[in-house]
Amino acid sequence: MRLCVQHLTKEFTGTRGERVLALSDISLDIEPKEFICLLGPSGCGKTTLLRIIGGLEQATSGCIAINSHHVSGPDPMMAMIFQEYSLFPWRTIRDNIAFGLEIRNVQREEREEAVDTYLSLVGLTEFAESYPYELSGGMRQRVAVARALAINPGILLMDEPFGALDAQTRNMMQRELLDIWQKTKKTIIFVTHSVDEAVFLADRIVVLTPRPGTIREVIPIDLPRPRDRTSEDFLRIRRFVLSLIDETMATREDL
Amino acid sequence: MRWYTKLILPIILIFVWEVLAILIGNEFILPRIESVIEVLFRPLANIFGQGSLVENSAVSVFRVLLGFFIGLLAAIPLGIFMGRSDALEEFVDPVIQVLRPIPPIAWLPLALAWFKIGLAGIIFIIFIGAFFPVLINTIDGVKRVSRTWIETACTFGAKEAQILSKVVVPAAMPDIWTGLRVGFGIAWMSVVAAEMLPGTSSGLGFLILFGLNIGQLQVTIAGMIVIGLIGLGIDYLMKRVEMRYFGWKGLEK
Repeated sequence: MRLCVQHLTKEFTGTRGERVLALSDISLDIEPKEFICLLGPSGCGKTTLLRIIGGLEQATSGCIAINSHHVSGPDPMMAMIFQEYSLFPWRTIRDNIAFGLEIRNVQREEREEAVDTYLSLVGLTEFAESYPYELSGGMRQRVAVARALAINPGILLMDEPFGALDAQTRNMMQRELLDIWQKTKKTIIFVTHSVDEAVFLADRIVVLTPRPGTIREVIPIDLPRPRDRTSEDFLRIRRFVLSLIDETMATREDL
Repeated sequence: MRWYTKLILPIILIFVWEVLAILIGNEFILPRIESVIEVLFRPLANIFGQGSLVENSAVSVFRVLLGFFIGLLAAIPLGIFMGRSDALEEFVDPVIQVLRPIPPIAWLPLALAWFKIGLAGIIFIIFIGAFFPVLINTIDGVKRVSRTWIETACTFGAKEAQILSKVVVPAAMPDIWTGLRVGFGIAWMSVVAAEMLPGTSSGLGFLILFGLNIGQLQVTIAGMIVIGLIGLGIDYLMKRVEMRYFGWKGLEK
């Protein structure tokens, strides 16, 4: 699924009625099955960009298209995974994963079948009848991934999904996500502020600069997977991306 | 706390009561415990031609349930829409803030003026008692529904009706239920007060006033105990439902 963002601009009205430019002239072409990381310091508008793509917010100008059909509002071809606490605590894990299918009025049997498939894909079959509060943070995010995959979207939008997890769990989740991505062949747009995470995951990293959010650079990462965080190449790219971010922060401090 | 420590104070109070009753020696001021127990242990006996304890309890419970259900049928939908729409809330809220502090009993004169003496007036008082706590808690509950849950539903393409039925109502249900518990408590107090209206000839409220009027205070006290026990019993049931179905509340993080 090809996603095309063209000359996207987003303006907010500030607390004193002034206009704040959050995103300025963002253009981006995302190939089918590509893993894209939107990377930048807080306030660079990366989450806003993801939310506009996901249809949760409206752009002030510019447009978004999937396979050349225009997107306005939540699109059935996309599913979103939030940072945390997005599971419904009154539903079991099984019913949480079935949620999107219920919204689309999919028949019960078909729903159950899809739920079983994705429960086993994220390795949580034995927790089907548990409730979210009985699971750890990492397991809950796997449920959120399964819930998003259950509607079989072409594109997964992920908003710092592992940001609230501890370092070990986070690394494990990153490996599992790559596994799932390779098995399911989705396009993934992944927001993060972690350079390490972006270099580990992405086919291409889109580096955003803050206020207004603009694309500073698009960096292809052609390291073979699985990537070794301690390898010379990994560290070199990581240093390069870090220096880019530092540069954007520095120009900001000069202001 | 061990279970028997809870019994110490009630036993002392009963003992003090009995001693005082014997010292005073006047059943018209403070009847002895035996006389009250005699009334309580014959719940089906007709009390001076005004029906039994059970019959009068049933009348009060029927009235309170009727008024309570009408109240929640009005309050829950209004609360949901007010919680979802800032414009509607701004529009209605000032009126609610002014009416809410008026005790249900203060509506008695109007109830009499509008509905005369009879069931409708009593139901009206109970309705007022139940309506506001249910409404306020419903609005609060709906407004506190996590934005992420609603956005999750939105990204799956949910329509407003689905967002309401699959996210907002289940998410707000623990708060709505709290409103129902508070509302029922107030409705139960209101029905007893409303039954003391002139012209009422049944119900626990009527019975305890009747006990005074014929100089049989043991009937009054027995009636008060039954009022307390029914209120406690229903609140206990509602608490059980809360723990069974809304136990997730507070654990969602």
